[in-house]
Amino acid sequence: MSQTLAEKFYYLMKLGREFEIRCKEEYLKGNISGFLHLAIGEEAVHVGAVVGFGKGDLFCPYREHVLALARGIDPKLIMAELFGKATGVSKGKGGSMHLYEPKMDFYGGNAIVAAHLPHAVGAAYARKLMGERAGVLCIFGDGATNNGTFFEAINMASLWEVPMLFLCENNYYAIGTHVNRSSALKDIYLKARDYMPAEVVDGMDVFAVYEAVVKAKQYIEEYGKPYFIEAHTYRFEGHSMADKGDYRSPRELEMFRKKDPIDLLLKKAYKEGWLTEEQVRLIDQKVEAVVEEAVEFALSSPEPSEEELYTDLYCGVCSDVIP
Amino acid sequence: MLYRDALNLALDYAMEHDPRVVVLGEDVGFYGGNYRVTDGLYVKYGPKRVIDTPIAENSIVGTAIGMALMGLRPVAEIMTVNFAMLAMDQFVNQMAKLRYMSGGKLFLPLVVRMPQGVAKQLASQHSQSLEHFFASVPGLYVFCASDSISAYHGLLHAIRMDDPVVFLEHVLLYGMDFPSEYVKNFDPFKARILKEGKDITVVSYLKMVHDTLKACEWLEERDGISCEVIDLISLRPIDFETIYESVRKTHRLVVVYEAPKTLGLGAELSARISEELFYYLDAPPLRIAGEEVPIPYNRKLELMAIPTPEKIYERILSWSKSHGL
Repeated sequence: MSQTLAEKFYYLMKLGREFEIRCKEEYLKGNISGFLHLAIGEEAVHVGAVVGFGKGDLFCPYREHVLALARGIDPKLIMAELFGKATGVSKGKGGSMHLYEPKMDFYGGNAIVAAHLPHAVGAAYARKLMGERAGVLCIFGDGATNNGTFFEAINMASLWEVPMLFLCENNYYAIGTHVNRSSALKDIYLKARDYMPAEVVDGMDVFAVYEAVVKAKQYIEEYGKPYFIEAHTYRFEGHSMADKGDYRSPRELEMFRKKDPIDLLLKKAYKEGWLTEEQVRLIDQKVEAVVEEAVEFALSSPEPSEEELYTDLYCGVCSDVIP
Repeated sequence: MLYRDALNLALDYAMEHDPRVVVLGEDVGFYGGNYRVTDGLYVKYGPKRVIDTPIAENSIVGTAIGMALMGLRPVAEIMTVNFAMLAMDQFVNQMAKLRYMSGGKLFLPLVVRMPQGVAKQLASQHSQSLEHFFASVPGLYVFCASDSISAYHGLLHAIRMDDPVVFLEHVLLYGMDFPSEYVKNFDPFKARILKEGKDITVVSYLKMVHDTLKACEWLEERDGISCEVIDLISLRPIDFETIYESVRKTHRLVVVYEAPKTLGLGAELSARISEELFYYLDAPPLRIAGEEVPIPYNRKLELMAIPTPEKIYERILSWSKSHGL
C-alpha cells in the first residue's frame, strides 16, 4: 500500500514540479501570459489532499495547476489553457486561474480570494440534500482566512452541518505580507476550532497531509459535518510571475528549501524501501515526456475562433422539469 | 391577486413540481419572509428546502451558486437590493462569469430575487434603485416585475432557466392588487405594450410603470396627447426592437425611471434611439428620473427626489409643447 502510494505521490508531485518549471519557461518565452501562480514547494499539500480526499468535489484557489493535475485532468488540456488555446480545458477563456472540469468534479480555481468558500458550502449542502456522502474539498490560502467571507463560510458550514473539508494551505505569505502581519491569530486553525474539528499538519510531508485528509474524510462521511486542516507549507517562487519574492530573507528560503517536499518524499521512500532509484528514473522519464507532449500539444493547437468571443455566456436552455 | 401572492404562487408551483428547487435567504423560512413572499413554504416543504440563512449576503449568493453548480435550482432572496451591495463580488465576478470562463462547462440555474426602489421614508440606505448595476453585467439576466402577471410568469420562467437571473421586485408593489390572468407562452424577453398610442413612446419598468400610466391618462384626457406605454420586464437583455418599432411610429421617446438620471437605463435607451433612429426623431429623447441625491427621510424631500405621476405629466407636457406637439 505504502509502496503504491509513494509511487503515485512521487509521480504527481514530480509532474506538478516539472510542469510548473516548464510553465515558467514558457511564460518567459511569451507563450503564457497574464497571471501565473506557481505552487512549487507546495506540491505535498496539493497532491496529498487530492489523493487523500478521493471522490468528492474540489474547489480551489487560483494556484491550482497541481491540484488539477492531481485530480487527473489531462496535462495537455491544462497547458493548452495556459497558452490560451481553443483546445484548453476552458477553451482558452479562463487561463491559469480558471481550470474547470465538472466531469471530474473539479470546480476550478477562483481568482477572488475566499470567494469560492461559499460555493463549496453550497455544493456540500446540495450533495448532502441529494443523499450523497462524498463531500467537498475546499482549498484556500492563509490570506483568505482574514477575509469576512471565510468567517461566513465556516459559520454556515457548521450551522448547516455540511460534509466539507476546509483545507488552509498556510505558506506564510499573502502576496508579500507575512501572516504575522495580517492575522491576529498566528495559528490559523484556531479560527475554525470552535466551529468544527480543526488540526495542523506538516504540509511539506505528503504522507502526513494524506493521512490527515483521509482521517478528515472519514469523519466527513460518517458524520456529514465539516472539518478543518491547516497545512504548513512554503512557496519557493514569488506570489506570481510578477513577484520576485524578495521580501523574504535568503536564510528563510534556504531553510525551507531544505524541506523540499519532493526530497523529503524520496528520502523517506528510499529509507523504507518503497521506491528504488531505477523506479524514480523511469518516473522522471515519463514526467519529462508528459510535460514535453503537453507543450507540443499547446503549441500546435489553434487559437479560439472569433465566434468563440460570444459563445458560452448563456446556455439559453430552459429546464423542462417544471411543466 | 396581490403581487406578493403571485410571487409566492410561482415559488410554490416550482417547488411542488421540481424537487431541485430550494429557497434560501434571511428570514425566508420559519419567519415567512420580510415581505411575506415565501410565506407558507417552510411548513409545506420543510427546512431543508426553505433555508434560513445568517445575515451574510455575500455567502447567500455564494452558497446558491455552489448549490446550482451541483444541479439544484436555488432561488435566493436578498432582503433588499441595498444589502446586495455586500454580495457584488458574487454577482459580478462569480455568477456572471463562471460559465463563460469555464468555456461553457458550468451551468448556473439560479435566481436571486430582491425588492428595490423607494418606499416611504426608509432613508437612503433602504431606498435605492440599482437596476443599472446588474443590467450592465454580461452573463446575468435581469428581469423585473411590474404587476402580478409579470411577477408570476417572470419568476417561474426565471426558475426554469439554466442561466443566472437577477429578479427585481419593487418594494411598494408587494401589497398591490393587480388583475391576474394565466398567459400562455409568456415571454420574459419581450417588452410589454401596456397602452397603445401614436404621439409619444414612453418606456418604463417596475413601479414607475404605474405612475407613467397615470400621467399618460391625464395627458390623453386633458391635453389630447396619446402615449404608447412600454413596460420593460427584462433589463438584460433589453427588447430594443419593440421600442424601435414604437418610436418609428411615434417619433418621440420618453424614459421614466426612479434611479438617479445620470448613467441610468434612460441614458442607454436615449443613446440607442439616437444611434439607431436619429432621423426618425421629432424631438430629443427625454429622461424623467430621480434627482442626483441619496433619498432623504423627510417625506416632502423624498417625493422631490423621485418622479411622481404629477411630475411625469408636467415634464412630458412642457417637453411636448417645446417640441411641436
